[in-house]
Amino acid sequence: MKAGLKKKIVKEIKVDISKCTGCRSCEMACSAFHAVPKYSSLNPSKARIRVYMDEIRDIYVPIRAGGYTQAECNGRNLYIINGKEYSECAFCPASCPSRDYFKEPSSGLPLKCDMCEDEPPLSEPMCVEACKFDALTYVEREETVAMEGTPLTEKQVELKAAYESLVKTHGRKKLMDVFSQLSKR
Amino acid sequence: MRYGETGVNLEIDLSRGSVEKVETDPRLTELFLGGQGTAAKTLWDRVPPEVEPFSPDNLLIFTAGILHSTPVPGANRVAVNTFSPQTNLMSHSLMGGFFGPEMKHAGYDQIIIRGKAQKLVYLYINNDKVEIRDASHLQGKGTTETGDVLKKELKDDKVQVAAIGLAGENRVYMASIDHGHSSAARGVGVIMGDKRLKAIAIRGTKDINIAHPAELFEASMKLHRQIADSDGCGDWMAYDEDDSFHHNHFAWGNARTRRKNFWSKELEERWRNIKYDNMDRQTSCYNCPKNCRNVIKMPGKKRFGYKCYGKDTYHMAAFKELDFSYDILGIAQEYGLDSYSTPQVMAFAIELYEAGILTDKDMPGLPADSGDRFYYLMEKIVRREGIGDILADGVSHAAIRIGNGAEAYDHNTTKKFEQLPIKLGKVNLAYFLMIATGEKMSITQIEGSFPQDPMRTMEERQKFVDNWTSPPDDKFKDYFLNWEKRDVMSNQAFCEIVDWNEAMHYIDDATGLCGFVSSFRGQFGGDVAYNIHNIPALIEGATGIEMDKEKLWEVFQRNRTLVRAINVRRGLRRKDERPPEDHWAVRDEEKEQQLLSEYYEFKGWNEDGIPTLDMLDKLGLGYVGEDLLERGILTDNDTISAKETSAAIDKV
Repeated sequence: MKAGLKKKIVKEIKVDISKCTGCRSCEMACSAFHAVPKYSSLNPSKARIRVYMDEIRDIYVPIRAGGYTQAECNGRNLYIINGKEYSECAFCPASCPSRDYFKEPSSGLPLKCDMCEDEPPLSEPMCVEACKFDALTYVEREETVAMEGTPLTEKQVELKAAYESLVKTHGRKKLMDVFSQLSKR
Repeated sequence: MRYGETGVNLEIDLSRGSVEKVETDPRLTELFLGGQGTAAKTLWDRVPPEVEPFSPDNLLIFTAGILHSTPVPGANRVAVNTFSPQTNLMSHSLMGGFFGPEMKHAGYDQIIIRGKAQKLVYLYINNDKVEIRDASHLQGKGTTETGDVLKKELKDDKVQVAAIGLAGENRVYMASIDHGHSSAARGVGVIMGDKRLKAIAIRGTKDINIAHPAELFEASMKLHRQIADSDGCGDWMAYDEDDSFHHNHFAWGNARTRRKNFWSKELEERWRNIKYDNMDRQTSCYNCPKNCRNVIKMPGKKRFGYKCYGKDTYHMAAFKELDFSYDILGIAQEYGLDSYSTPQVMAFAIELYEAGILTDKDMPGLPADSGDRFYYLMEKIVRREGIGDILADGVSHAAIRIGNGAEAYDHNTTKKFEQLPIKLGKVNLAYFLMIATGEKMSITQIEGSFPQDPMRTMEERQKFVDNWTSPPDDKFKDYFLNWEKRDVMSNQAFCEIVDWNEAMHYIDDATGLCGFVSSFRGQFGGDVAYNIHNIPALIEGATGIEMDKEKLWEVFQRNRTLVRAINVRRGLRRKDERPPEDHWAVRDEEKEQQLLSEYYEFKGWNEDGIPTLDMLDKLGLGYVGEDLLERGILTDNDTISAKETSAAIDKV
């Protein structure tokens, strides 16, 4: 391998929207897995996957929480696929200000899929295991990528998102004041 | 902290415009579990028999099952209960989809609606926020159309909507409450309409706590796999194109004509094409690994979903073919009409017309074609226009109002409710008992665990029995092994089989499990996911309530007996417990009545079908007995109870 390059495992969930039946078992399983303690409560609105559903127009799209974004998008696309109209929102994984998706319902903090990282690791993420129609399938693929600085761990990414959201709500200065006060205790 | 339930009921009074949240007594959960069980308790306590169904004091109750919003797959049918103007008895209805689980995530096990609004309203529930809102913009709108408008208005595709259509608004007795492509039939839409409640839109984002998290989740994921892989679960008619079962064996028209050789390979091929040319996909209810609902979109028509026999009722009543049902179902769904009873009412009207009892004066401009006549009648019924106003009360009431011999054409009702159109040869005594005594009003809501028919050879039977895990007791295996002729079995065996069949429905309707993975499905193939052996651990895992087979069986007996008491208090007696006289060509009145007496005794009911004081006491329903005594429905002499009947499970 060339210097400055490295191998990386890319984890992917393949979504076949023609196979989705709208059962939302993926949401159920995701919310149970991420409950603390594990499986102790159920709440699809805390799931990091969400079936975008419109029974009347026959639209079923499972979307996975991608991450937090501060800004609303300034214009959206409408996609026409096989005669059916999908808003861009139906595919977008963002936890964003323009909608309620992928936010912890009580705190408003963003939710993000972590592919069910666990010790020992699961053979596939919970949502995939719960999907009995193969609308969701799990794929691991090896990719060669350029080396960068030390990447953030999943936990750090999560903390960073929480931090940014708190900054947004309260302002950086106020937040730092509280932190420094708390750390003095 | 409450586990597996919210512990809160939502009380709405539409007359006063008030909203209240009431904490419930956890002991009641242990006694009645949820669903129809807790609804029956509420109706017993709060709706005395003097209350007419159209009184503001009648309640319309939506109750989630105790297993809703847990990881247990296939638990999603919400129970809808009230008193029906058609039967004057308790209406019981179930609706799959997402509504029940959403209720619990919003924080409510039960929504209890009393009173009547001044004008059309809808209820908006978003967790703790509950509002009675004006619905004038929804007046006359279709059921799924209403859901669509509300989802857009509320800007949330996860809002779950249950709505009535024009039929409910106009208090048509066959009106259903619809939630997407799921439907609650059998006499509830009419009361929602009477209360001037167009829809309930509900959204919930709260946790449901699980008592034994890891155990329940693991068991649930295993059940997911098992149900997905099993041919013995789900509605096989969603996949199997051979529907000779209904077409050759059920009666067409006004439950009148058998067409024993109707089905053919050529027909099957043609209908398969109609289906797949117009089917978008098969869809599921919440957290279920089966996709039983066929979603159809005919060119230029509204999209609709159906299950099982729902695709046959209209064309069989009109002597048409599948394309006719596909054309009319989308419209009927938007009007919010029950697809089981409505086609029978229309076929009944057409028979009366052909017999000269109804004339062109009653039905001006009636088209010549039977299919066109159905559209004509549907429009009249949902608007209560002309003859439609009479027909909208269902076959029995319409027959009485029309008179002039029309009563003779009301030949397929029991307790004034339209039964499935089945006309057979020799009486099947298990079915006699089920149709006579069932209080969920349809045979589909009581049959289901024990197979419908014997198998020919001992070898086949043995093989079936070897893989059969659901019977509560091995004696059911013996009954099946020794069963040669459909109508020959001991009375004791008939009683026990019917009791087991009924037990599973009462358990499902309290837990919220769907009959297609449980109570209804075992009769076809035996390999059903849920049974009296594995449900107790799931309830315990979700709620922490100690539960075993005996205790769950007692919940069934309690719920069942309470429903009986509710209806007895409103006048139900033995004389009403008669299947349609022509359900079988060959009857044996003496034998049937002897069996009915034995069954009553087995159930702990007296000769008139009224629960005895002993039985009521045994189930912790002493207060029910006292009330029946006070009203003179029972007397002190009525203590003679059944022999020791722990029903199908004697000390196992």
